[in-house]
Amino acid sequence: MTAPDLVDALPATPRDKDGPVFAAPWEARVFAMTVEAHAAGLFTWGEWAETLGGELGRDPRGDQGYYLHWLSAFEKILADKAVADPGALEDLRSAWDAAARATPHGQPIELGRGQR
Amino acid sequence: MAEDGRNGGNNSGHGHAHTHDHSELSDIELRVRALETLLTEKGYVEPAALDELIETYETRIGPKNGAKVVARAWTDPDYRQRLLTDATAAIAEFGFTGRQGEHMVAVENTPGTHNMVVCTLCSCYPWTVLGLPPVWYKSPPYRSRAVHDPKGVLAEFGVRLPDGTRIKVWDSTAEVRYLVIPERPEGTDTWSEAQLAKLVTRDSMIGTALALNPADLEGAV
Repeated sequence: MTAPDLVDALPATPRDKDGPVFAAPWEARVFAMTVEAHAAGLFTWGEWAETLGGELGRDPRGDQGYYLHWLSAFEKILADKAVADPGALEDLRSAWDAAARATPHGQPIELGRGQR
Repeated sequence: MAEDGRNGGNNSGHGHAHTHDHSELSDIELRVRALETLLTEKGYVEPAALDELIETYETRIGPKNGAKVVARAWTDPDYRQRLLTDATAAIAEFGFTGRQGEHMVAVENTPGTHNMVVCTLCSCYPWTVLGLPPVWYKSPPYRSRAVHDPKGVLAEFGVRLPDGTRIKVWDSTAEVRYLVIPERPEGTDTWSEAQLAKLVTRDSMIGTALALNPADLEGAV
């Protein structure tokens, strides 16, 4: 399944006639990571649809954005598959946060800043 | 020869909700970056492959409001003047507001001058106006070459300017973010604003391309 097929298979995905649309850059980043993680054999599209559906189902009124659920589902499926340990992700979030805070405004944020 | 961007005098003293002494990533951005780092370290994804995939969608990310702004500047001289005087306010006339649209400065291409923008790609990149930045923007070599040899870089992008054209390179930062107003293509005198906006590409608004010609548009659609 290609990325466009994926969007067709997930009817709630924000899209127009030409394919998916993203409201912000991070949405496209997490979408692309999902496509690549699937290509690396980490999960099947069936498993993905189930996990994403589970996250969307917890917010029946749709109060949160679609890609926020997508992000949560991606974290969950990677944890379920023992690919991404939640503790390891927490550590990386802290490291990125420290890096951002140690980066003067206007410069690229690089991991490792503010740590060593 | 490169010129540094002037410091936007019309931005000084502008009230701001967030501090500017260091960078910040939102909780969502932290989650996305943590995932990418982990998956990259484990060898499941490659950032270059992600970039490549995103590139196929890059024109579909964000509202890219700048094209409408440029099209109006082409058709409405008063608007053009307002845009050149205070781009942030002129862009806000469309109802496009928000952090990413602040601190904008418009620079205009003319028959003798071409403007080109480089950027450190901080989290404040004005993607709501310009669209997502191109992938190569992230590379330090691009940035330094654009400053030292803008003509060579433009030639690589297929942009050939008449001899004697002055190239100005502007350094987009968190405090001053540039929007290039490309020259209006010939043969578009009767075009509406909406039609003209289709000629305004992301690359033309950062000065690494010219606006499309009517013929390009036919080819692209």
